[in-house]
Amino acid sequence: MEDLLEILEDLHPDIDFETHEALIDQQVLDSFDIVTLIAEIDSVFDVTIPAEEIIPENFNSAKALYKLIERLSDY
Amino acid sequence: MQYNVLEYLEHTVNRLPEKVAYADDKIEITFQETYNQARAIGTFLARRGIYKEPVAVFMNKSPMEIVAFFGVVYGGNFYVPLDEEMPKFRIELILENIKPKAIICDESSEMLLKEMGYGDNLFLYDSIVGTSIDKQALEDIRNKAIDTDPLYVVFTSGSTGIPKGVVACHRSVIDYIENLTQILDCDEDTVFGNQVPLYFDACLKEVYSTIKCGATTYIIPKSHFMFPLKLVEFLNEYKINTVCWVVSALTIISSFKVLDKIKPEYLHTIAFGSEVFPIKQFNLWREALPDARFINLYGPTEATGMSCYYEVDREFDEDDVIPIGRPFKNTDIILLDENDKIPEQGELGEICIRGTSLTFGYYNAFDITNKVFVQNPLNTAYPELIYRTGDLGRYNQYGELEFVSRKDYQIKHMGHRIELGEIEANVNKLDEIKSSCCIYDEEGNKIVLFYVGDINIKDLSKKLRQSLPRYMVPNKIQQLEVMPLTPNGKLDRVYLKGLIKSKNKER
Repeated sequence: MEDLLEILEDLHPDIDFETHEALIDQQVLDSFDIVTLIAEIDSVFDVTIPAEEIIPENFNSAKALYKLIERLSDY
Repeated sequence: MQYNVLEYLEHTVNRLPEKVAYADDKIEITFQETYNQARAIGTFLARRGIYKEPVAVFMNKSPMEIVAFFGVVYGGNFYVPLDEEMPKFRIELILENIKPKAIICDESSEMLLKEMGYGDNLFLYDSIVGTSIDKQALEDIRNKAIDTDPLYVVFTSGSTGIPKGVVACHRSVIDYIENLTQILDCDEDTVFGNQVPLYFDACLKEVYSTIKCGATTYIIPKSHFMFPLKLVEFLNEYKINTVCWVVSALTIISSFKVLDKIKPEYLHTIAFGSEVFPIKQFNLWREALPDARFINLYGPTEATGMSCYYEVDREFDEDDVIPIGRPFKNTDIILLDENDKIPEQGELGEICIRGTSLTFGYYNAFDITNKVFVQNPLNTAYPELIYRTGDLGRYNQYGELEFVSRKDYQIKHMGHRIELGEIEANVNKLDEIKSSCCIYDEEGNKIVLFYVGDINIKDLSKKLRQSLPRYMVPNKIQQLEVMPLTPNGKLDRVYLKGLIKSKNKER
């Protein structure tokens, strides 16, 4: 989780990602951020997020995103 | 001969009154509705005596915003689009420059403008669209209009920190649209999926091709460009067959392998531009849609939309560059070397543009206009302007023009044209900052800001979000103890670029 928070804070130093629950709905993240996130997650966690998982629900909070990473790395 | 862009709408409304002109996922409006509502807005402005004036349009991106543009023009004025994506500071700078006698807004922008202290001259679209049309007044306005009257002012990044407003007239837009619709092979079966914002000239393609050809434009919700699967589903749901997108919007689909799962079934014409298309991504698109036409477009805002095009007609390997091809009909490209001479075949030169497509230059800024709209140095006999793009290009072995690089610190990031100098100017304005330098990391597609000063990264990032548009906020900020300088005392950009490169390698 620490690693993920670091990636997110790098993108938006002014956001508290531990508590924010509406990163997509409140337009904190934009398409550039999503592309960057997916690339960083790939290199840091060695997890490739497939297209069908690139949906708002998985990106609305750091928690949700971390759950997705855990789920994908179980395989 | 056509003199006014509204003639496009007037021909089409007779032919296809009930056809949908513009739509998004919530609302659709027909050509008849577009025509009637635009004329109502035109009448409203005429009644208030607003004529030959810049009229700001500040609305949520929607079909109605486009109607408002036409309404401004029916009133004999020219439109200046503003957008909620612009930070307040930028909006203030623009309003200070144009001093509009009217701002057409919706409820959310009205609230924002009032908060900012602009309470006067605000008119809600919904209240003025019901104005009963005064045919005679509109006819009088049209009879006095000429094709070199301004049509719009759109603001682009300026290296001094102040955005520049490019002024275009009816004639240059008509010239552009006539040629563009031929290249795209546009007709009433064309269904555009619009991606680009309405506050740049990039949207001319959809806005005006639609009224000229009786096509339909669907405005795609911005959030779809984060979620590629949804995006392709949208294209299929609305049977979109033509797109003119920035490259990064196309690669978000291809790079996440969406094309393996679902294909845009109706898409047959894909125009792209504003950025270099990575060939690996491009080839994924071509494999997925082997029968589609792929067209690379190139052009600066100062020459009205696009100036050059290349329709892909051969295979490209990963080291190849997709050329920008050849100029649109009725546009001429001249390459000029440092001595203002035509370089040898295959050598670099600055891309300079000549023709009707040239805009007038920058609003309320004669000095900076005169620096780049200059006398054609190859012509010493009579006045003739060219626009110096600052882009360096050369002709390849096929005689096609290739874009090579910029002469200065202007970059293209996610399809947006950005002066790194404008970012630096905004950073340096802050009291806590001693010095700053912005570098574009081409490999990672990131704007990297280095600074020296008594402010932490978090607070700096917060402050920059208030003064810069979202797409100009640095993607990475790094604090330094001292700024590296060259022996001449200038910022050592090469060293900082090296820092980024070695960082990228570590990963």
